[in-house]
Amino acid sequence: MDTFAATELACVRGERLVFTGVGFAIASGGALLLRGPNGTGKSSLLRVCAGFVPASAGQLTWNGRPVTREWDAHRARTTYVGHLDAVKPAFTVAENLGFWASLGGRTAEVAALEPLALDHLHDLPAAYLSAGQKRRLNLSRLSVSNAALWLLDEPTSSLDDVSTAALLAVIAAHQARGGMAVIATHHDLPLRNVSVLRLGPA
Amino acid sequence: MTAFGAIILRDVKLGLRQGGGTYWTLLFFVLTVTLFPLGVGPDLALLSRIGPGILWVVALLASMLSLDRMFQADYEDGSLELLALAPLPLELTVLAKCLAHWLTTGLPVTVLAPALGLLLALDPAAYPTLMLALLIGTPVLSLIGSIGAALTVGVRRGGVLLSLLVMPLYIPALIFGVLAVDAAVDGLSARPHLLLLAADLLVAAALTPWAAAAALRLNLE
Repeated sequence: MDTFAATELACVRGERLVFTGVGFAIASGGALLLRGPNGTGKSSLLRVCAGFVPASAGQLTWNGRPVTREWDAHRARTTYVGHLDAVKPAFTVAENLGFWASLGGRTAEVAALEPLALDHLHDLPAAYLSAGQKRRLNLSRLSVSNAALWLLDEPTSSLDDVSTAALLAVIAAHQARGGMAVIATHHDLPLRNVSVLRLGPA
Repeated sequence: MTAFGAIILRDVKLGLRQGGGTYWTLLFFVLTVTLFPLGVGPDLALLSRIGPGILWVVALLASMLSLDRMFQADYEDGSLELLALAPLPLELTVLAKCLAHWLTTGLPVTVLAPALGLLLALDPAAYPTLMLALLIGTPVLSLIGSIGAALTVGVRRGGVLLSLLVMPLYIPALIFGVLAVDAAVDGLSARPHLLLLAADLLVAAALTPWAAAAALRLNLE
């Protein structure tokens, strides 16, 4: 049983205080939804959790140990899906996914594209994908990841209802395996074992 | 495949596919060198005297021309964040990208150089030294260039700024590279110049990945 927690976290970006006094705790199998209006720091909090942005105050802990002392281990157990899809138009769908899998020392089969229904497009150059399909290709990285912690920044944007349901199934399966997820979203995502963190203007 | 090899393979493939720009860089190298005999005139003695300098300066420009691609595209489409979060340390990712950049610019330039040396009436006896010097020197250009590319990654149209940042750092490689070829043309030993060039390469390989990775982390904040 692992726990990922934050205490009294604050973030300053461009001399503006984005949020302060943020705390949460998630255990294996749990999910945390970040809610709040635009500009209240949902993405910033995810970027702090991923280690891109240093926290201005407070700390993040994994099983009680500060993650700032073990960034290498933290990177290895984290998968991040941001606003940008990291899709190379010159590569096919399978090549795109294969690269991200091999970066984690794994191989990607075409089957990894099945959960989000991209397997029939596996040899299509990614340049011809629609916005929603690019999003699904990016989210397919989750299927080839063995990371315990998923950081998802508005993962349902530009997804249709069917794909959103498929994504929720992928997240639920991850939770069932004992994984955890922190998800910034504007929608009520029907997941089990969920806690909600509401961010307001700092 | 290891993550290090996967990054090299990916960047080389991206460089060679449509829009990758590897061919344009090589065409730039060939065309620019070709301009010199046309501009200077058919004075073979003069051309063979300045030939090594021309080849090195244009190789340097060609390398610089493709540097902005090293991190910029990955930064813009979000790949850089994922590379930074990958288990492979960012310093090694930078080194892999430098190697890929060298494979798609420095290495082809080295292979093409003798053909262009012919155009500049360079003494054929100096070709092995020319290629050896470029083989040692062009990786220095990719390595040092990675610092400039990493620093300017968030800057729109940062190509000119990038050139201004890295050009002064290219000077040692340029000097020893040209001196080595000059020595070979004059029938002297090119060894000391090549050794100094190799020292430049070792220093660049040891230091630049750290500097470039630090610059990338700053830009990702």
